[in-house]
Amino acid sequence: MRWPRSLVVGAILSLVFLGGAALSFVWTPYDIELLDIPAKLQSPSLAHPLGTDQLGRDILSMIMMGARTSIAVALLAVGIGMGLGVPLGLLAAARRGSLLDEAIMRGNDLIFAFPSLVIAILITAVFGAGAMNAIIAIGIFNIPVFARLTRGGALSFWSREFILAARVSGKSPARISVEHILPNIANLMIVQGTIQFSLGILAEAALSYIGLGAQPPTASWGRMLADAQTLASIAPHVALVPGLAIVFMVLGLNLMGDGLRDLLDPRIRVTRT
Amino acid sequence: MIRYTLGRLVSLGLSLVVASLVIFAVVEVVPGDPAAYMLGVNARPDTVAALRAELGLDGTVQERYLGWVTGMLQGDFGVSYTYRTPVSEMIGDRIWVSLPLALYALSLSVLIAFPAGIYAASRRGRPGDIGVMGATQLGVAIPNFWFAMILVLIFAIKLRWFSAGGFSGWDAGVWSGLKSLTLPAIALALPQAAILARVMRSSLLDMLGEDFIRTARAKGLSRRQALWRHAVRNALIPVLTIIGLQFSFLLAGGIVIEQVFFLPGLGRLIFQAISARDLIVVESVVMLLVFLVIVVNFAVDLAYAAVDPRLRTRA
Repeated sequence: MRWPRSLVVGAILSLVFLGGAALSFVWTPYDIELLDIPAKLQSPSLAHPLGTDQLGRDILSMIMMGARTSIAVALLAVGIGMGLGVPLGLLAAARRGSLLDEAIMRGNDLIFAFPSLVIAILITAVFGAGAMNAIIAIGIFNIPVFARLTRGGALSFWSREFILAARVSGKSPARISVEHILPNIANLMIVQGTIQFSLGILAEAALSYIGLGAQPPTASWGRMLADAQTLASIAPHVALVPGLAIVFMVLGLNLMGDGLRDLLDPRIRVTRT
Repeated sequence: MIRYTLGRLVSLGLSLVVASLVIFAVVEVVPGDPAAYMLGVNARPDTVAALRAELGLDGTVQERYLGWVTGMLQGDFGVSYTYRTPVSEMIGDRIWVSLPLALYALSLSVLIAFPAGIYAASRRGRPGDIGVMGATQLGVAIPNFWFAMILVLIFAIKLRWFSAGGFSGWDAGVWSGLKSLTLPAIALALPQAAILARVMRSSLLDMLGEDFIRTARAKGLSRRQALWRHAVRNALIPVLTIIGLQFSFLLAGGIVIEQVFFLPGLGRLIFQAISARDLIVVESVVMLLVFLVIVVNFAVDLAYAAVDPRLRTRA
């Protein structure tokens, strides 16, 4: 089997960041809590491959620690979306046409109608800025994405013969959903999960840029950019590096999502808005 | 069409009611008493109580919710806790930054995305298509606020074509107002244009595979003529939906972009209000944004039900 090129490129890009984040648990080139003011705003050099920031901290180390924050927030937000959205979607499909189905789908429409960033800002502003609230705020908007996709995918299987066979053999709708439907729509979930993961990275960056995401001393790419804003004209690298990190991470995940879609099933189509 | 419109109207009303309940509930749970916060730690309890009464904070939850909603319906958004000015005036000043910014960005997004999407679809699989699609991959991966910072660095600081931030106001003329919104609008529009171009391309490619295109070709139209006369118009239906959705992204995304450019819009108003615990302002501005988004999506739904009769039956 030939692997799609976008999958290979995307996976390599994503693995670089995942690897960097994993490595940061045991080793970073410098300790990011140690300030070294005399070495502030240095351009990239051998000692500091990505330069230093306004407090003399090593930017490569900050990027590694920031990757950890971004990945953790986005991954948990996808977890919330899948954890609640998939069961809701399966339930709606198993009881299609019922009041429950209607209620679940209308609820989804309602969440979709909200401008997600505004509500995320409201949530984090009210409950306090922080990584946990950012996860919840981003996660809530993942629920309807997965619920809709699951319901749509599941409905196309409920009319198939092997499901009919399972029903005839006396399996309950819940068991059929878990044993027969879920494995068949797992591909869809993986592809959409990758896309929501990349959207989560962008959302986390935006929230922490406006000061509502992870708080100091936790490193985050969005806050690195906020700190860099006034320094961009003196030391462009402090603004360029974290931004490029976001771009490459998101690009990698998107390419991986496209590649996975081609690999797993050329017929499925995933919506992306 | 009338039944469809009525059905949509009911769900519009329902969405707005639920939205207002959610926003009210979220803001209600904020710890801390705005009156005590405004007066400081040394305030006497009776002064705090008097201020609470003045701000209408002493009623029951239901009374306050109903008061807030009926007020808004009459255009009265309450009085800001910190500035002691009507919230509607504060919104009125700032909406003339946020709304034009969103519309400006939306126009740019359409102006970039339509030609790019049509070009890519007409060159399917050729280098032109691959180039455009590659650019859109990059476009969706760039965070708009970072792109905004890069634009400032290049066009405001290095080239000095634009100012790095602030808003000159519309009094100084439409041109200077538009000029101060140009970089923010570009930053907002680019990622949205990338998404829109992809939708435009795939929608066009779907159309080009339809029977009526083959008929048009069989009648002797060239590929290009068939594309322009028949495919583009039909491809616009899904594109319209996305444009409707994008308006809400642009309005909400403006909140972040306003921070980059220090624009005195609704976004900055929200942040100032949050840090000053001016809850009535937060509540009302968020409600206004949600209202605008829901109403625009409603209008888009109606617009394409009017264009495409098949969609009416889905209600």
